[in-house]
Amino acid sequence: MLRASVIVFPGSNCDRDVKTAIERVTGFAPKMIWHGDASVPSSDMIVLPGGFSYGDYLRCGAMAAHSPIMKDVIAKAKGGTPVLGICNGFQILCESGLLPGALLRNASLHFICRDVHLKVENDQTFFTKCYRKGEIIKVPIAHGEGNYFADAETLDRLEGDGRIAFRYTDASGAVTPAACPNGAMANIAGITNETGRVLGMMPHPERLYESALGGTDGRRVFESALLSVLEAA
Amino acid sequence: MKAHIKITLKTGVLDPQGKAIEGAIKGLGIGGIGEVRQGKYIEVDLGDTSTSAAKDVVERMCRDLLANTVIENYSYEIG
Repeated sequence: MLRASVIVFPGSNCDRDVKTAIERVTGFAPKMIWHGDASVPSSDMIVLPGGFSYGDYLRCGAMAAHSPIMKDVIAKAKGGTPVLGICNGFQILCESGLLPGALLRNASLHFICRDVHLKVENDQTFFTKCYRKGEIIKVPIAHGEGNYFADAETLDRLEGDGRIAFRYTDASGAVTPAACPNGAMANIAGITNETGRVLGMMPHPERLYESALGGTDGRRVFESALLSVLEAA
Repeated sequence: MKAHIKITLKTGVLDPQGKAIEGAIKGLGIGGIGEVRQGKYIEVDLGDTSTSAAKDVVERMCRDLLANTVIENYSYEIG
């Protein structure tokens, strides 16, 4: 049994995609939780979906980070409940302080919507344990502000503690500046918190969970979550 | 009383919009232009309040919401 909750903000637009992905992959339908609610039901995982919460006003994710529901999401995350933030969800995790750093405007200034190659850097976390370290996968991105920034000290800590989950690479797996679509420091596509239970990532695994969608490389994020919950039971 | 708040990107944080603006200014044929950095200006009506109380409340809104201090600096004038 996987009890997942997907938070729906005004302007979320990947909330139903991720709901469907979780349901199809794990067999368990998540609950959809409105951002104005005061609390999230007891959950095995919480998802902050992609989209344009609050129209990206002020900064992407800034308003959503102060939504009524976020007090409880932050409390639950600090209490150990796994949280997955995809795209705008990653931005919300950074704005709410659950993950370090910030996501700036893409270096090219363009909104980029295409498949990218990712290297799995950590296969030991709640959401990545069904991948293999070093594996190259292909998952789509769709964002205008995915340019990950952190100060040098934070970057060192992320690198040293194995908290970089995914990095942008070329098709051969080389981590080069040219393979980085948005200018992100150290080609960072996804990071975790200290415990590895909060994952923020710009790519959209929910868009590639069955072959009819063009690939299955995103599927294992949700399989990992289910396996993690079953192992802990 | 009003707060006039300026939010700018910290030195060292890439500002591609500033770069694009810089290129456009040069495109007008205006020479002698150095680096361009862009930011935000926010005006907040604070109602009737003392300057010291206003400073406290503006400081809080800047720190907790209006600026992301990982990447941005803020400054303000109250008057």
